[in-house]
Amino acid sequence: MWERVKTFASEFFVTGDPLIYGADVSIVITILGIVIGLTYFNKWGWLWREWLTTVDHKKIGIMYILAAFIMLFRGGVDALLMRAQLAAPEMNLLPPDHYNQIFTTHGVIMILFMAMPFMFGLFNVMVPLQIGARDVAYPFLNALSFWLFFSGAMLFNLSFVIGGSPDAGWLAYPPYSGIMHNPGVGQDFYIWGIQISGIGSLMTGINFIVTILKMRAPGMKLMKMPMFPWSVLSSCIAIIFSFPILTATLALLFLDRYAGAHFFTLDGGGNPMMYINLIWMWGHPEVYIIVLPAFGIFSEIVSTFAKKKLFGYKSMVYAMMIISILSFLVWAHHFFTMGSGADVNAFFALTTMLIAIPTGVKVFNWLFTMFRGKITFETPMLWTMGFIPCFIVGGLTGVLLSVAPADFQFHNSYFLVAHFHQVIIGGVVFGYFAGLYYWWPKLFGFKLNERIGKWAFWFWNIGFYLCFMPQYALGLMGMTRRVVTYGWDKGWWEMNLVSTIGAGLMGIAFLFQVWQIVYSVKHLRKDETGDPWNGRTLEWSIPSPAPVYNFATLPHVTSQDEWWEEKQRRLQGHPAPAPVKIEPIHMPKNSGIPIVMSMFWFFTGFGFIFDWLWLAIPGLVGVAACMLVHSFNYDTDYYIPVEEIKRTESAIRGVTS
Amino acid sequence: MAQLHDSGLTGHQVSHTEHHDHPDMEEMRTFGFWIYLMTDVIIFGTLFAVYIVLQGNTNGGPGPKDLFQMGGIIASTFILLTSSYTSGLAVLAMHKGNKKALLGWLGATVLLGATFIIMEINEFTHLVHEGATISTSAFLSAFFTLVGTHGLHVLLGLVWMIALMMQIAKRGITPVTKRKVNVISLFWHFLDVVWIFVFTIVYLMGVS
Repeated sequence: MWERVKTFASEFFVTGDPLIYGADVSIVITILGIVIGLTYFNKWGWLWREWLTTVDHKKIGIMYILAAFIMLFRGGVDALLMRAQLAAPEMNLLPPDHYNQIFTTHGVIMILFMAMPFMFGLFNVMVPLQIGARDVAYPFLNALSFWLFFSGAMLFNLSFVIGGSPDAGWLAYPPYSGIMHNPGVGQDFYIWGIQISGIGSLMTGINFIVTILKMRAPGMKLMKMPMFPWSVLSSCIAIIFSFPILTATLALLFLDRYAGAHFFTLDGGGNPMMYINLIWMWGHPEVYIIVLPAFGIFSEIVSTFAKKKLFGYKSMVYAMMIISILSFLVWAHHFFTMGSGADVNAFFALTTMLIAIPTGVKVFNWLFTMFRGKITFETPMLWTMGFIPCFIVGGLTGVLLSVAPADFQFHNSYFLVAHFHQVIIGGVVFGYFAGLYYWWPKLFGFKLNERIGKWAFWFWNIGFYLCFMPQYALGLMGMTRRVVTYGWDKGWWEMNLVSTIGAGLMGIAFLFQVWQIVYSVKHLRKDETGDPWNGRTLEWSIPSPAPVYNFATLPHVTSQDEWWEEKQRRLQGHPAPAPVKIEPIHMPKNSGIPIVMSMFWFFTGFGFIFDWLWLAIPGLVGVAACMLVHSFNYDTDYYIPVEEIKRTESAIRGVTS
Repeated sequence: MAQLHDSGLTGHQVSHTEHHDHPDMEEMRTFGFWIYLMTDVIIFGTLFAVYIVLQGNTNGGPGPKDLFQMGGIIASTFILLTSSYTSGLAVLAMHKGNKKALLGWLGATVLLGATFIIMEINEFTHLVHEGATISTSAFLSAFFTLVGTHGLHVLLGLVWMIALMMQIAKRGITPVTKRKVNVISLFWHFLDVVWIFVFTIVYLMGVS
């Protein structure tokens, strides 16, 4: 018996690598720390009532962002390990199979478990406040989306210590990701982790489309909406059309691995190249999904800190919508070398180049917004200023890559690696940081320390250029992506070393950001105004942090930048609008079903990964039961009485109003 | 807009002014369901595309002409189309406020849907006994996945419809149950449309 347990454990847990034993120990210590802490301070009930069962979009958003930060740490450690391995020729820090696992998990985590939740977090915390709504369209579904993401992310990260990580790259191309070449459980962790969180992403897409189209404050016509909700709308349109393709594709890959189907296998008539087409039909829109909201954030920040109305509002809207549509017509530029023929390649090269036009429009709009503005350089604006040159260079190297004949040279080289890191770090990550710094006071009621924030900004930027500029050159010199090591004779050493130093600086920059948050909490200076940046849009018209119902009375919107215009009217001596009578507010009730249902999804995924039907089937039954319980529950909302609203309002606004 | 939510109103006297600011929840949920259906269209679109690419790859095994028995398929097509008609009658009965007829027509829809599923399971078992399984060839992988995904949708629709009938029996025709009936009838017609494409592309074009 004991022998059987031992054999099972040696296959079930990942063994043999000191790095992983270290991770095991730190995971156990962290879990013990959390459990003991919660029990000692008697906080389990608080955690359950206030966070785990919440349907409040602001709290869900905060949980998303917190999870994204943890994932940024994990993905960042992966990146630093890879850079350490490549710092000098013929290094033996990571064996090749472990290196494969690390570049795979780095990519998956950074895109799907860092960028996506960070983005959804910002959607959640700001879209309802900016459009003057009290919650999203479907608060229950919103909580379910978060917990599905969380289950998927936990499942995926578990592969590090249980069963073994996936190692077929972030898009898991077959035939290598098929059962014949990859018989372990790693790829199954990949499929189920992404599948479960992907369903959550799809539902978030639907949720925010309906929220934006149906729940805007009275008077807010679409063309009077702030730019961030517009960017969210364009991103969500891309989500609802692309994520179903991912769901279907991963399901097919799973059937190949689990049921012996022949979709993408080399035998039985399967077609691996079809997978590559399908996955990029999702994968290319995906990168626009994450960058479009960043464009929206920059638009808000530029006009706030230049103290001017956004230049070219309409062209900005059209540009984002066009990008959202064009993003579906470029997927084959990821595999010009596959042999689709000159006509197909020419089409996709042209559509790819076309995307540069609306993107260029946006850059000029930001520049013209700044032109003759009274610009101040607080951290959100700094990140925006860092973004513009970085994204232009990244975009231009993208145009170089889109030239199909030249791509035969660039394809899968470090030139490509440098390009997509430049647009994703310079565009997406800088954008989300800018958004987080900008809206942090609205979320928590205090600003983050500016001085440490500037250190973080400069370390990130200098680190970025040191890390990725040499990689363009390395790519042209012939260094291909995903190589585990290289010889002394290649002449790649110096630039790889510089690149590693740059990565280290970005690691330090992350530590600055963590320190910045800790420092700002410790030396808390509460913002009493609710409008610390002299903002322009509705979220700044309410106290920070926003009360649970957001707006005691819904605002009536007459213009773009409604809050700015309102402030101008007040300065000109117009009286503040007469207070509207407060009415009871209709709110959704908290629910434990989302977290329980996601737990059942976790069991289902884990069961299928290990082919344990005794776990997978009860998991599916539990999911169905949760759906039915929710369907039969008609007691899903309540009213906040007027007295309670008045009490809350006078407490947070002081006695004046 | 007389009633936003039946349970939400108990014990509260809600004035009508509030409704100006508050979007109609049931209308919004129906709208969201339309968007969900669009995402499902993409899933089926992907599976159809995969089927069309792989349908010739029989790997030396049986092809559509050798396998499909059109008699049963045509019968089950008519059964599913009829169920779409009965679900339409259910919606009409609901609009007339006739709870009994509503439950009756939903029941008829469930029975027809269940017959369709049983016939599909029979067809699949028959194929497997003939040695045509999901792992025989790329064509059969695509066939079982496409047709099976449709069948799975019908099966989920059946469970959902039975659950809804229980709710209607208990609560009657309220704005909430009304929206739920509308939504499931949308879903049911959608599955019918998908089946027409399955019938045409997989079966008719397969044996022609």
